[in-house]
Amino acid sequence: MTGLSAIELADVVKEYHSHGEVVQAVKGVTLGIGEGEFFSLLGPSGCGKTTTMRMIAGFEAPTKGVVKLYGQDVTDVPPNKRDVNMVFQSYALFPHMSVWDNVAFGLKQRKVAQAEIRRRVGEMLEIIGLTGREKRMPRALSGGQQQRVALARALVNQPRALLLDEPLGALDLKLRQAMQIELKRIQREVGITFVYVTHDQSEALTMSDRIAVMNDGVVEQLAGPREIYERPATAFVAGFIGTSNLLAGAATGGEMKVGGGRVLVPGHDGDVTVTVRPEKITIGTDEPAQGLSAVKGTVSEVVYLGTYNSYAVSLADGAEITVFQQNAHDATATAERGDSVWLSWQAQHSYVIGS
Amino acid sequence: MRRLTPYLLALPSWMWLAIFLVVPMVAMASVSLQTGNAIDGFAMTFSFSNYTEAIGRYSTQLARSLLYGALATVAMLVIGYPVAYFIAFKAGARKSMYLFLLLLPFFVSFVLRTISWNFLLADNGILFGTLKGWGLLPADFHVLATTVAVVGGLTYNFLPFMILPIYVALERVDPRVVEAAQDLYATRAAAFRRVVLPLSLPGVFAGVLMTFVPATADPINAAILGGTSNTMIGNIIQTAYLTNLDYPTASALSFTLMAVLLVGIFIYARALGTENVLEAAAR
Repeated sequence: MTGLSAIELADVVKEYHSHGEVVQAVKGVTLGIGEGEFFSLLGPSGCGKTTTMRMIAGFEAPTKGVVKLYGQDVTDVPPNKRDVNMVFQSYALFPHMSVWDNVAFGLKQRKVAQAEIRRRVGEMLEIIGLTGREKRMPRALSGGQQQRVALARALVNQPRALLLDEPLGALDLKLRQAMQIELKRIQREVGITFVYVTHDQSEALTMSDRIAVMNDGVVEQLAGPREIYERPATAFVAGFIGTSNLLAGAATGGEMKVGGGRVLVPGHDGDVTVTVRPEKITIGTDEPAQGLSAVKGTVSEVVYLGTYNSYAVSLADGAEITVFQQNAHDATATAERGDSVWLSWQAQHSYVIGS
Repeated sequence: MRRLTPYLLALPSWMWLAIFLVVPMVAMASVSLQTGNAIDGFAMTFSFSNYTEAIGRYSTQLARSLLYGALATVAMLVIGYPVAYFIAFKAGARKSMYLFLLLLPFFVSFVLRTISWNFLLADNGILFGTLKGWGLLPADFHVLATTVAVVGGLTYNFLPFMILPIYVALERVDPRVVEAAQDLYATRAAAFRRVVLPLSLPGVFAGVLMTFVPATADPINAAILGGTSNTMIGNIIQTAYLTNLDYPTASALSFTLMAVLLVGIFIYARALGTENVLEAAAR
């Protein structure tokens, strides 16, 4: 990320009136997206991520706040005068136009010279691998091909930022993974800012430079993928990104008593909430050494998942902990259902939320 | 057996078409080539002169019908498209209410509606009588028994048949496609011209068919609103059948009208590009 902010939102609020009630879809979002950055807006449906993107594109006017593109206030500028292009969910290709006319649409609207249009559209079709299919109508294309036409239709205009609204949502898993890599490659090659809206946390983690995790109209955390995964700022983020175990209690002297065991929280006192990722936890029958967090419980479920086993362990106080154990050596489970086990992890892996 | 099921299910409609469309058409085609009179009976003489004579005698009314039908269709398109657009895109939750209002006139009989226009447009009726009374219109102003009255009546009576198919086509236009056009630098006007309008053409095509054909053939409006100088081909056919009992002439005129309309539709479909229309419709 360079110093220049490509997109800036300053305290943006969006309210809707629905059946006489005011609904706040976006409740004061402030963020800056750097030039050339792959930025994701991640959250469950209804969290305001799509509305936020539509305000960047210009389809929605913010109720309050300012939208800036490259330092210029565009809050009241209509979408056709903004130098950003959007890839729509389910593509929104022009059904009455051929692949070629779809891709050429933006250039024609901007009155680019004929020869230039031919050259750029031709080049773009080559990049997305649809040369020879120029005359096809959108409905004669597969989902993956339509996806690429939608991408080409936006990118051919060489916008300063590309907005993508769940662009891979309609594709099957294999194609989606291939397109994730493809998108990342294209983004590196063209070097423009990508703003990516998704509800799929693994997609966001794989592709993004930075992620804004949204919930209920606010940004819960804005950070890089590693930071968001390892150090979730809120219980919501911890729960939404991957699987995580939440343990709450009162700590004294850097130690929290939980269900017949201890959780080490060095430097913390009073009521704390701790998250521990399932893959950081070791499961065993022997009592763990001092200096580790250790809790005792009963295995309530063992699920074999190929590369790892997933255990659900019930603690004495009723809390349930998920543990992933890699199948590194042999595939037999360490513990069976009903076994009494010890769970342990290093102090550094107890992450205190909000610290 | 299972493969035959769809055909068996379609059988009643085929029978219906055969009995009520094909049989009468063949009968009428046969009558159109007969000679004779209602008292002594008609005999098949393959008299194609029925056609040449009828067309020669009533070419004015035939041409007038096509003109009135075309004028009314254009008027309906100009009035109907914006209404359909409004209901499809701007009416929001009131959509069904507007559609209901559109169909409301059908609760009153066609003839009665036309008569009420006669009432409305009468030289000294509610509207013009009052305006004349206030001195806002000259005393000899009249609309009834003019082209305007007939075309106006046709426009009024068939308007819903123009609006509904256009509405259905517009309703199917994905709003995101329109947004995509605006996102790709199209102004609102350009997005309409390049995206919304082409995608609504199947509806326009259907609307024009559903209004031009019945408007051209309609005898009611001319009879009630047209006076004596605006006779349309529908009136001629009606009189020939019901008053003069000249079945051959009536049949010949009916077939002529049908042929002219079919040719007109064919030319129209060509001009609009049927392929584009069908392609957009097949979406």
